Amino acid sequence: MEHYLNIVISSVFIENLALAFFLGMCTFLAISKQIGTAFGLGVAVVAVQVITVPANNLLFQYFLKDGALAWMGFPNVDLSFLGLISYIGVIAAIVQILEMVLDRYVPALYNALGIFLPLITVNCAILGGTLFMVERDYTLGESVAYGFGSGLGWALAITLLAGIREKLKYSDVPDGLQGLGITFVIAGLMSLGFLGFSGIQL
Amino acid sequence: MDKAIKKVLFEPLVDNNPITLQILGICSALAVTTKLSTALTMSIALTLVVAASNFVISLMRKHVPTNIRIIVMMTVIASLVIVVDEFLKAYFFTISKDLSVFVGLIITNCIVLGRAEAFAMKNGPWDSFMDGIGNGLGYSLILMSVGVIRELFGSGTLFGVEIFTKVTAGGWYVPNGMLLLPPSAFFLIGFIIWGLRTWKTAQMEKRDYQIHQVHRTEVV
Repeated sequence: MEHYLNIVISSVFIENLALAFFLGMCTFLAISKQIGTAFGLGVAVVAVQVITVPANNLLFQYFLKDGALAWMGFPNVDLSFLGLISYIGVIAAIVQILEMVLDRYVPALYNALGIFLPLITVNCAILGGTLFMVERDYTLGESVAYGFGSGLGWALAITLLAGIREKLKYSDVPDGLQGLGITFVIAGLMSLGFLGFSGIQL
Repeated sequence: MDKAIKKVLFEPLVDNNPITLQILGICSALAVTTKLSTALTMSIALTLVVAASNFVISLMRKHVPTNIRIIVMMTVIASLVIVVDEFLKAYFFTISKDLSVFVGLIITNCIVLGRAEAFAMKNGPWDSFMDGIGNGLGYSLILMSVGVIRELFGSGTLFGVEIFTKVTAGGWYVPNGMLLLPPSAFFLIGFIIWGLRTWKTAQMEKRDYQIHQVHRTEVV
């Protein structure tokens, strides 16, 4: 149990996808003007991440890994070169299914998320989470913990940034730095803050 | 070269830069710029992928039903990225290790899908190919500028060749370690945007809330 907790905590704070690995930056910078939408998007990312990382983990462990097809009678087959295309396929399919399920059963949330749901397919935080899971060779349990933690870390980062940006509306920013420029600087400062966690050993 | 092609090719360099104006493809721009060699590899890889994917998607644009177009595009892009990834692993293994997951992440680099959706679906293959090259170059321009600053001032080298002799090696230059850390890339790109928008004022964003300007006659 403690091991899983460690994975969650380290993926939220120490290896934060947005602020330490710069994943999902485009949406992170573009959709952080209001706390409400930023939070909604964060929740969607957590949900997608919790489903896709373990799903891709199963795919990796039982189909793609070197020698993983042994249960089918092909111990010498290495399909890992097909990794990227299968992971993105799984992600696109799951996002599509999630969209249809939400539309049918939770229309309120579906309307709140709107355009962001399909955009999650191309959010590099999602594919990045899967690729890190593969690189570190997590088990199924660890990948659930990692998916949850990394999604939560991203959600935390975008909500914090949106909070700062809402306040920033009222400050006197130089003309050229207005908008995207100042957002980069803020994200840099936040990332510097999160760097403080980096020495922590769990 | 006729005018339209020229416009498609050079507009993304400064006037419509993918990173500083379209907010596309930022993730990798930040992560791979500590060394020029990785930044250059990434630039070349991305330019090739965008150009090729734009070309292929533009060829298919009339045959793909709109509701499944995203997944078709992703398949095309993913196949191209796998080719690039396997090529790097075979011939430039150390650089491929340095780039770690970021080559794979070209798939979700929004420049590729963004240009496919915004340009290649509406234009012919040749124009789309040029648009891909142009946007790839715009991306490379920012990546290389950030890469030069970070490597030169962060470790005193360019492409691994020593430019400033470091204090530890008996020279005079005290390297700025901050530039090797992730946050510095944010600041550098932020300042590049500031410079660019001061030069090209049309790119400035409108304020949500204007602070009241006090005229000197109002004070008294």
